[in-house]
Amino acid sequence: MPSLKDLRNRITSVKATQKITKAMQMVAAAKLRRAQNAAENGRPYAEKMANVLGNLAGNLIGGVDAPRLLSGTGQDRVHLLVVCTGDRGLCGAFNSSIVRLAREHVRKLEAEGKTVKIMTVGKKGLDILRRQYRDRIIESMDIRGTKPVDYAFASEIADKIVARFNAGEFDVATLFYSEFRSVISQIPTAQRLIPAELPATDGSTTTGAGADAAMEFEPSEEAILETLLPKNLTVQVYRALLENAASEQGARMSAMDSATRNAGEMIKKQTLVYNRTRQAMITKELIEIISGAEAL
Amino acid sequence: MATFQFDFVGPERTLYSGQVEAVQLPGSEGEMTVLPGHAPVITSLKVGVITVTEHSGAGKRIYVQGGFADIGPKAVTVLAERAAPIEEISPATIDQEIEAAEMARDATQDPAKREELNSQIVQLREARFTLNL
Repeated sequence: MPSLKDLRNRITSVKATQKITKAMQMVAAAKLRRAQNAAENGRPYAEKMANVLGNLAGNLIGGVDAPRLLSGTGQDRVHLLVVCTGDRGLCGAFNSSIVRLAREHVRKLEAEGKTVKIMTVGKKGLDILRRQYRDRIIESMDIRGTKPVDYAFASEIADKIVARFNAGEFDVATLFYSEFRSVISQIPTAQRLIPAELPATDGSTTTGAGADAAMEFEPSEEAILETLLPKNLTVQVYRALLENAASEQGARMSAMDSATRNAGEMIKKQTLVYNRTRQAMITKELIEIISGAEAL
Repeated sequence: MATFQFDFVGPERTLYSGQVEAVQLPGSEGEMTVLPGHAPVITSLKVGVITVTEHSGAGKRIYVQGGFADIGPKAVTVLAERAAPIEEISPATIDQEIEAAEMARDATQDPAKREELNSQIVQLREARFTLNL
């Protein structure tokens, strides 16, 4: 039976924890709003880029001289998995569900006899994957603190992927991140980066040119595609980072919300036990006094 | 006068969107002015200044550092990686860019990379010249 003092201490400590989780929840809510705004602001660029690329690549796909970033190396032996997670924990199953999806892919690919290489973005993913796949991790990056994701960071990642691809280190690249649906639902997603997965276009552009209209290209179609493809890769990485940022805050928000509720329940239960013990003690003391008086 | 839709988007935000009469673009093959009803063209851009004419006598100038323009008869979309309204750019900021590019050029051994950085420096110098006008 814990003493009254123990119980009091326990209640104070749970109350302190509840204050922290509550504060974290509110911070996450504010950050989530910012992350969602950033995701919305970045959308027009990604859409227009996909549009231009769709138009360009439609003519070239299947061609012999299509750039390798678009058509791949023609092989399917070495796979690169780019796993994007957060830098920090305390956000429910956010990090572990992304890693779980990546791990399933690793297992499946290795069962098919393929070589797997892993590149991690974010500290948490590295921490978890290092235990099991230490020898397969070829590169790891931190998101660096809490500052919001910027385009420069995405382009840094994309540059590294392209450099390794050009060096012939892998044939297929897949990006893992968490897609943000709502505060309570984030879906771990795998997206193929190389060879490029092209968005389906209906052939018409936003600029009012029909599919069959003769497009002119300056300097040339190939030259534009050559510079556009790495940019498209950057945009996809950037989008994944934005989705991830929103997902992380959403996951943290709901995790902290339930933590706060659990703390509340705990306090209620502990207070009940505390009051009962206190009452029992008072009764016991009274009985002692009365029986002492009677004995006289 | 007839107008067309002009969108200027950066990866982090949309910088300009609206109906305009004409847009002057620094295309990689030379400066070009786009008026409504232009034939469809996709062109890459070099470092320079985009001049937007909303209506006669009123307009805006935007500094752009590489990117693409998707031109059609009814709309023009510019995808720029780095851009800023002209008021936020001073010759000093471009001087810094030039210096950084020169340092990168002197540091690299790869001739193709050197060539690329050289042309970038030339473009930056040109942009600085237009800015002074």
